[in-house]
Amino acid sequence: MSATAAAQVEITHAVGLHARPSVKFTKLAKTFDANVEMALAGDGPWIDAKSIVKVMAAKAPKGTVLHLRATGDDAESAVKALVELVERDFDEATEGEAHVRTA
Amino acid sequence: MSGPLRLSGTPASGGYAEGPIFCLDGGAASYVPKGSAAAEAQTLKAAIEAASEQLAVLAAASTGEAADMLEFQSAMLADDSLSRLAFDAINAGRTADKAWADALAGEIAGYEAADDEYFRARAADLKDIRQQVLDALTSTRDRTAPPGAILFGEDIAPTRFLATDWSAGGGIALSKGSPASHVAMLARSRGVPMVVGLGSAAKDVAGLALLDAEHGGIVLRPTERDIEGFRKSSAAYGERRRRAEDGVMRSAATENGISVRVLVNVADPWDVDRIDIASCDGVGLMRTEFLFGKDLPDEETQYRAYRKVLEWADGKPVTIRTIDAGGDKPVPGFTVEEGNPFLGLRGIRLSLSRPEIFRLQIRALLRAAVHGNLKVMFPMISVPEEYTRAVALFAEEAKNLAVAGEPHAMPPLGIMVEVPSVAIAPELFSNAAFFSIGSNDLTQYVMAAARDNTAVAALNSVTNPAVLRLIAAVAEFGRQHDVPVSLCGDAGGDPAAIPHLLRAGLRDLSVAPAQLALAKAAIAGVTA
Repeated sequence: MSATAAAQVEITHAVGLHARPSVKFTKLAKTFDANVEMALAGDGPWIDAKSIVKVMAAKAPKGTVLHLRATGDDAESAVKALVELVERDFDEATEGEAHVRTA
Repeated sequence: MSGPLRLSGTPASGGYAEGPIFCLDGGAASYVPKGSAAAEAQTLKAAIEAASEQLAVLAAASTGEAADMLEFQSAMLADDSLSRLAFDAINAGRTADKAWADALAGEIAGYEAADDEYFRARAADLKDIRQQVLDALTSTRDRTAPPGAILFGEDIAPTRFLATDWSAGGGIALSKGSPASHVAMLARSRGVPMVVGLGSAAKDVAGLALLDAEHGGIVLRPTERDIEGFRKSSAAYGERRRRAEDGVMRSAATENGISVRVLVNVADPWDVDRIDIASCDGVGLMRTEFLFGKDLPDEETQYRAYRKVLEWADGKPVTIRTIDAGGDKPVPGFTVEEGNPFLGLRGIRLSLSRPEIFRLQIRALLRAAVHGNLKVMFPMISVPEEYTRAVALFAEEAKNLAVAGEPHAMPPLGIMVEVPSVAIAPELFSNAAFFSIGSNDLTQYVMAAARDNTAVAALNSVTNPAVLRLIAAVAEFGRQHDVPVSLCGDAGGDPAAIPHLLRAGLRDLSVAPAQLALAKAAIAGVTA
């Protein structure tokens, strides 16, 4: 009983899919059993959303529409969770990211 | 041939260090081939695990930027797609060290070729990971620097920095490196002296070295005189820093004993967690734009943020500025797109044009007022009517809260002096409870030159006589009519501008937290 799910979400985070957002994204993807993939266009190329190396290599800037697809029992929850993370700007705004050390 | 060698470079993190040189680059053991693909694979696997464990140990002791970087490196190291290339190469007959180095070289090249500067900077993290595993493969990691050593080499990996015990002193001297690198940032935040760009003149260095990271130099094989001079400079530097740090906890006063109040500017409530309230006289400017990022914040969210800062201030004044948004920093559903946002519907103009949103902020402020010493000021005021209308809205909402039986209080309502019309005719605004000079924008408007435009940035100077004259006039008006006047722009924390501001008659400055010590020290040097 293998379900599939798919969705698209726009990256609104100011710096796009940089290191910190990528770490959160792949960490979240890894909590699901489903096979999760992402692409920058509807026809791929599809890359493993659990691989930080692959996700970082995509270098997706702000404004990119991320395509997600998953297969597996928890495919739907995986896609939903990832979409919500991107919509929340990877929870960066609420963590007081203004922790910038001024020179 | 054995005389002193003096090299100069660029300071990357201030301070002085005297200690034995420890070579970063030398002494790497060579890799011993294991004889079969299976054994090579096993060795690589073990090395990756060892490196991951070390990262975990470092991560457990780190916070903030360092922790983020380590988490990123750990995630990369744990990613199969990185090591798969290496394992494939091993199956094809390569030794573990070459297989790993080649696999990483491909990734590193990809990052170095990126358009985005941020991605290019991540290449340093990949080089760090590459080195960690190579060190584990060759068992090189057993070399630790003696306490107080000056680490010398071409460059230094961030994890190497984090793994070094700096508690006994020491420093970093690099023939290459960059003051903008991640390591330089880590060195500054830990107060470790660091100089970069020393060049390749020094090879096979050893022995005592004197690192002057205030001026950017290192002396190898120093003479007695070198050591004496060095220790004097080092002591003087330490003294200056201690005085500035002690000074920060005392009230500021000029050389001739005039008291000057120094407050802080905060951009969001989390800033205050890192500031000691005893080091300042309050908050001269709390910006509220952080609240209006993606969504328009509800009253509760705002109330909680204001309350947090008021309670932290423990009775000292906190001046909160109502939302200063404009087309240049779009807030969906609030700002408008304009051709010239700096001369458009921004600040108080925008708030007054959207009273339903403004009222939420007003209510949150009125309710927060009972938790501390609150003052509220309006940005971009240009005509008296704007102040009158804003005050009326406050009165209305106070009445509504009273009717609803909600605890609240009316704070003093003041204005920013940034639009030149106010600076030129302050008497039209004498109803305001106080004036706060926004020197950034005032200077920009008076000189008609943008701060961030390098072609004209030199014109944007608060010490231009026209700007100082306006500031002095506003200060004088305030004195004569009992209207408190302060300044909350960047100039308040600029040691070069401070003497001018004090002589123009100002006695209240609000500065960035990082500038508190410097500002107070600068004030102490002025005869006003």
